[in-house]
Amino acid sequence: MRLYTAVAVSGFKRYATYRVATVAGVFTNTVFGFILAYTYTALWNERPHLGGYDHAQALTFVWLGQALLAAIGLLGGGFEEELQERIRSGDIAVDLYRPVDLQTWWLATELGRALFQLLGRGVVPMAIGALVFELRMPASPLTWLWFLLTVALAVCVGFAVRYLVSLASFWLLDGAGLSMLSGLLCLFFSGMILPLNVFPGQLGEIARALPWAAMLQVPADVFLEERRGSGLLEAFAFQAGWAVVLLAAGRALQSAATRKVVVQGG
Amino acid sequence: MAVGNGMGSAVDDLIELDGVEKVFQVRRKAGLMRRERREVRAVDGISFRVPRGEMVGYIGPNGAGKSTTIKMLTGILVPSGGRLRVAGIDPARERTRLARRIGVVFGQRTTLWWDLPLRDSYALVRRMYRIPDDRYRHNLDRCVELLNLGALLDVPVRQLSLGQRMRGDIAAALLHDPEVLYLDEPTIGLDVVSKAKVREFLRDVNAEQGTTVLLTTHDLTDIELLCKRVMVIDHGRLVYDGGLDGLHAVGESERTLVVDLERELPPIEVPGARTVRVEGPRQWLAFPANSSAAPIVAAVADGWPLVDLSVREPEIEDVIARMLHGAEDRAGRTS
Repeated sequence: MRLYTAVAVSGFKRYATYRVATVAGVFTNTVFGFILAYTYTALWNERPHLGGYDHAQALTFVWLGQALLAAIGLLGGGFEEELQERIRSGDIAVDLYRPVDLQTWWLATELGRALFQLLGRGVVPMAIGALVFELRMPASPLTWLWFLLTVALAVCVGFAVRYLVSLASFWLLDGAGLSMLSGLLCLFFSGMILPLNVFPGQLGEIARALPWAAMLQVPADVFLEERRGSGLLEAFAFQAGWAVVLLAAGRALQSAATRKVVVQGG
Repeated sequence: MAVGNGMGSAVDDLIELDGVEKVFQVRRKAGLMRRERREVRAVDGISFRVPRGEMVGYIGPNGAGKSTTIKMLTGILVPSGGRLRVAGIDPARERTRLARRIGVVFGQRTTLWWDLPLRDSYALVRRMYRIPDDRYRHNLDRCVELLNLGALLDVPVRQLSLGQRMRGDIAAALLHDPEVLYLDEPTIGLDVVSKAKVREFLRDVNAEQGTTVLLTTHDLTDIELLCKRVMVIDHGRLVYDGGLDGLHAVGESERTLVVDLERELPPIEVPGARTVRVEGPRQWLAFPANSSAAPIVAAVADGWPLVDLSVREPEIEDVIARMLHGAEDRAGRTS
């Protein structure tokens, strides 16, 4: 456990060294926040209470998306390319020599990275959004706590999905195509483009049941206090359920991969 | 690290291989729909033993099966046949348990974390191998001193030069007092000073802690300076196992004297050497690796207008190639 804590700390530290990248990221998130906020304003003026959100909730959703984008890895980033590159180059062999579990190791680095991204790339865009627009902040202080929990679970689900995608590199030799596909699915089904409660009929129901919903839609609903009481418990169970299922799948794929391992090169 | 050199103790083989094989199935297209399956025997029945405390060179041409052997010894590849034990452990079955007892250094890969300072990488290694505090401090201090890492500890690994990084990697592999150290091309790409430093350190570690070392290299000097015993592998088979002198003798390997004359001249003729190549004013003279260059140099300087000269050590590939040809010739003669 102390090992994985140390690993998470190193993940945090590592991303903390990319100062320019962080500033650039904050700038990009803020600019996109404005663009989306004005788009949503137009949309919600036309159709008030679209998807059950009022104007302030819709704008809050926009800024939450920008604030969580890096932490949850909604547009990829983080360990995914790194792990794929290590598999492609054969550097993964080095990881396999170590007396550690590969998946837990990468999950720990990802949690450290996510914590840094939440602070480094989340706080500023959210604060700017809150200054310029009228956002819906949680009424109950407890909601902040639930929000942190739901974000942590979202990070785990995001990790689990991308871990599966990354491990595919053991078979595919080049995982870029699959990564792109997974990125697109995530963009659409996490609610990054439009909140999932706006999706109509069956499509909406399916979208809200998929693991990507656990990555942005659920955390946003927790923050907006759309999920309360038993709804809150359901939200956590939904996220935790997907996290467990996907992490277990990742573990199965990992043992298949290490068994077939033909470490490429040297 | 109470382990001595293993001298006098009962035979204590740390690495044992008995008829170890690794066969890869390679599929390739053979026509439009058909796929042909082909077997590649990367390691084809290798047996050897390495006693505790020995430092052994493991050499061979590219693709001979060296890395495959090392991967099996660390447990990340499962042998297709034969028996393999490292410190009494079956590597493929108990990879994680074995990992605590071995160290691995790859010249072309790093175990360090690119964005972290060396110090942080070592802190992670410490947690990973659960190294007790006092051992960790002792080992780190020692590596820092002997490998001159003091000024580098707070530098992110990506800013280190290749030589510095390699020293950092070697230290990382030794912090947990491994009983066996696998070194794959530890001096590749290093400058002369760094090479010397790395070799000196490895010799110390082997002598003082009794660490068993298996060394893969393309640099014959590494072997000359570090290993009394050398094993040669080719096409997945062990073709030589013995002293380095023996290797030279078997292979009748030669050094080369390159001389630059004032002008183009017919091939030089001196006793003890033969001219193998002439290119303008430059000539190449081959002579046995185990004889001295001095009399030949003197003879050339006496009778020819000499401008410059240099002596080239035999390349490891040449030595092996000659050895293999020699073996084939002899086999041909006897049959």
